[in-house]
Amino acid sequence: MTDPKSSAPVELLTFRLSDQEYSLDIMCVREIRGWTRTTPLPHAPSYMKGVINLRGTVLPVMDLAERLGLPPREHTDRNVIIVVKYEETMTGLLVDAVSDIIALTSADLQPPPDAASAGGPGVIKALTLLDERMIRVLELSEIVPTPQSDAA
Amino acid sequence: MSAPDPMAEIRASFFIECEELLEALQDGLEAMADDSGDLETINVVFRAVHSIKGGAGAFGLEGLVRFAHRYETVLDAVRSNTLVADGDAIKLFFRAADHLSDLVRESRDDGILPEAEGNAILTELDALLGDHGVAEEDEAEIEFQPLGLSLDLGLADLPAPAPARFTIHFAPEPELYETGNEPYMILRALAELGSCEVTCLTDKVPQLTEFAPEASYLKWTVVLTADVQEAEIVSIFEFVDGLCALTIAPIPSDVPAPQDVSNDPLPELPEMPDLPDLTPPPAPAAEPEPAQPPAPAAKAKATPQSAAKSVVRVDLDRIERLVNLVGELVINQAMLSQSLESSGLSPHSDAMNGLEEFQRLTRDIQDSVMMIRAQPVKSLFQRMSRIVRECSAAVRKDVRLVTEGDTTEVDKTVIERLSDPLTHMIRNAVDHGLEPTQNRLAAGKPEQGVVKLTAAHRSGRVIIEVSDDGGGINREKVKQIATDKGLIAADASLTDTEIDNLLFLPGFSTASEVSDLSGRGVGMDVVRNAIQALGGRITITSTPGEGTTFSISLPLTLAVLDGMVVQVAGETMVLPLNLVIETLTIDHSNLEQTRPGLNVVRVRGEFVSLFDLGVELGYRSAQDSYLDAVVLLIADEGGSRAALIVDEIQDQRQVVIKGLDESFYRAPGIAAATILGDGQIALILDPSDIIAQAQGSTLAIAPNLMELTS
Amino acid sequence: MSLNILAVDDSRTMRDMIRLALEPAGFTVTTADDGVHGVEVLSGIAPDAIITDINMPRMDGFGFIDAVRGQHKHRATPILVLTTEAAPELKARARSAGATGWIVKPFDPAKLIKALQMVAG
Repeated sequence: MTDPKSSAPVELLTFRLSDQEYSLDIMCVREIRGWTRTTPLPHAPSYMKGVINLRGTVLPVMDLAERLGLPPREHTDRNVIIVVKYEETMTGLLVDAVSDIIALTSADLQPPPDAASAGGPGVIKALTLLDERMIRVLELSEIVPTPQSDAA
Repeated sequence: MSAPDPMAEIRASFFIECEELLEALQDGLEAMADDSGDLETINVVFRAVHSIKGGAGAFGLEGLVRFAHRYETVLDAVRSNTLVADGDAIKLFFRAADHLSDLVRESRDDGILPEAEGNAILTELDALLGDHGVAEEDEAEIEFQPLGLSLDLGLADLPAPAPARFTIHFAPEPELYETGNEPYMILRALAELGSCEVTCLTDKVPQLTEFAPEASYLKWTVVLTADVQEAEIVSIFEFVDGLCALTIAPIPSDVPAPQDVSNDPLPELPEMPDLPDLTPPPAPAAEPEPAQPPAPAAKAKATPQSAAKSVVRVDLDRIERLVNLVGELVINQAMLSQSLESSGLSPHSDAMNGLEEFQRLTRDIQDSVMMIRAQPVKSLFQRMSRIVRECSAAVRKDVRLVTEGDTTEVDKTVIERLSDPLTHMIRNAVDHGLEPTQNRLAAGKPEQGVVKLTAAHRSGRVIIEVSDDGGGINREKVKQIATDKGLIAADASLTDTEIDNLLFLPGFSTASEVSDLSGRGVGMDVVRNAIQALGGRITITSTPGEGTTFSISLPLTLAVLDGMVVQVAGETMVLPLNLVIETLTIDHSNLEQTRPGLNVVRVRGEFVSLFDLGVELGYRSAQDSYLDAVVLLIADEGGSRAALIVDEIQDQRQVVIKGLDESFYRAPGIAAATILGDGQIALILDPSDIIAQAQGSTLAIAPNLMELTS
Repeated sequence: MSLNILAVDDSRTMRDMIRLALEPAGFTVTTADDGVHGVEVLSGIAPDAIITDINMPRMDGFGFIDAVRGQHKHRATPILVLTTEAAPELKARARSAGATGWIVKPFDPAKLIKALQMVAG
């Protein structure tokens, strides 16, 4: 999918998870909300933080760091929920803090070496460098289950 | 939005009409079957099929037209008393109606028409008519060619043949005028074909004294020069054929035209407007008796529309949106109430009085909106009558379906989702509920078994019952099967109700040999799950030798729920109020430990297993002591009961149900969610699921969840 | 030329089709659901021509034509019968009831318009 020669413009929302820089294609981001208390779901996997009220609909929220297998940490007031839409599913992703919106071209992105993907194969779809910092570009379809995928 | 295609809209509307017509057909046939119909009944039945044929023809649905036409032919014979519809014929009519309904559905979805089945039914239908019918059939079929309707109104220009000339003699009879035909129009139509020389023969017109206003005195001779075939001229006279003396004769081409008309395309046309003056006057102007204007005027005031019930068709999406918005309104109202109440305003202040009024209005709006989605269960019941017919034929039992309360209204979504579980229950009733014919006769029962399907509103819920007059549940056998399958201990002592409820266990099937009807891997457990998913309960009652009744109790709508709001481990949760039997507090007198890890609470002499909801949900670990804990005694659909420990009961109120996206993660014990007055989400519990998770199966083995210290 | 047409048919589909065929051609169409309704509607309008179905509840097409012809002002109002059968006896019966002409369903819009212009101008 990532053709290194093409130079299509890409806008990424960058954010921090456990002192690492990650990013998502801005096109799938619907909004960014401050942290609110979630209503926990019984017996849910630990990355499932629960559900919140997003203007009248029930939005599931997952802790992205835990989802990616990063160590758990305390929530602070700087934590935000990035509301993303993948296919027809809306999901809230809890991240430590949002950093920036960066504009690149697809030529700036490079495929990750296999070992670099922390959350298992496919979660990191590309890497890029910004001011000598490595930014991981996440593949949303690998994070947010689609309606077809198994319900636990 | 793209511009709506009018043909597509009419097509959609045609299929909606078909549903109504099929319903009327079904009703009519049922009336014929139990002899409760009258003379009009067969007409209604005939018209239903006839109208489906008519519409289908307009859309070029040939398969549908062909079947409807031959079905209609047989019904017409019944209507005209040349065929007597006996019981077998009516059964066949039912099958034909079922097939017609399949054809309608397949035609609508552009599916494949089940031809073989249709042909078999048609053969039987034709057989009813004997030789006569078949002969008539062939003729009629040629005559009725379905025509795909195109709305391209431009008439194709035919290639012009060489101009021909015709002499037309036309002498109207009085009947021509009586049927509303008009020579002027005919002459004008001729003039449109080409150039006309019209001569009006007035020699028959009498003196005024002898003039009869209704008689026909005028004749016309027309010489037409036009690029047309004779058939085209004949077609102009189609409606008056037989109502006039008419000759059309081509003039041989070697006879010269009287003048060169082609230079002057329509020389006769200016004369045409004079013609009406010459026609006899059947017109109102020559009316002998005076009209009575006041009467029609008064009649016109009673508007024509008043007779027809006014109906608006609305896209379901719009209703969904309205339902959602009303849900928001309810939540917002609750939030407003909460903040006003905590603001310390006097209950007698204007704001609080206004709030009360607002609450009442909100409730009314909510009820009204829910009513929009309500539909009578009739269509559902009619589908079931088909299931009974097909199913009884398959197991060779004579079964009659009796329905009651089919005008009972239920939320559309509920109706749709009831179809599968009801189908299964009806099949069960026919297949397992009713005994084989020889057993019925031996028991002194009529050969024909009865399956009864009823619907009624009872205290804010809908009760749907499926009952049979069969042999009742064979409890010995049920218990044996449950024991064999390891579902219960061999020495378990169970009440009749408990045995009956074993039917709802996953994988249970009473049929010792799996028949092709019920043995489809769907058990009553699936039925129960489906009913529970609708917020309903299902119960069984059975009397040996007299039959079995399954009773389903459903909420009127899926959108709201009467709930009990409780606190559990710091979380606010909602329990469906209909499942809560009573609340109690634990003390030394009612708490017992039957064995280590299994605590029970004694309620009026009965022992009920006790669970800590917070522990069951994984929200906390077991408490040290449950003395003085608040307990909700709940009963699930199967009648099995449980006692749930909660921290606090907060409120009883109606909550708006919000679905949980379960593609992500399906939380056990949770049915849905709602939004509370403070904007927080509260989960709605599914107590049966909790009990099932905790118990494993029916046996009351609770996990080791508490230690009692006291 | 804008003609006022009264169309009487118990099938909503047919009423819609007639409307769809005639309105783009400049006709004004009023509809009624059956014979009884047709007579009621007729008292409030003055159509240039009437189209009626035969098989209808409450009052069928023959009864309706009778009722229309029975009103003096409609003695000469053109009436077209919509029928699925082209059977001669049906035509004869329609005519003896006073129908001006007939259209065989499923109708072709162009033919319907032509027939209406033929009988009503």
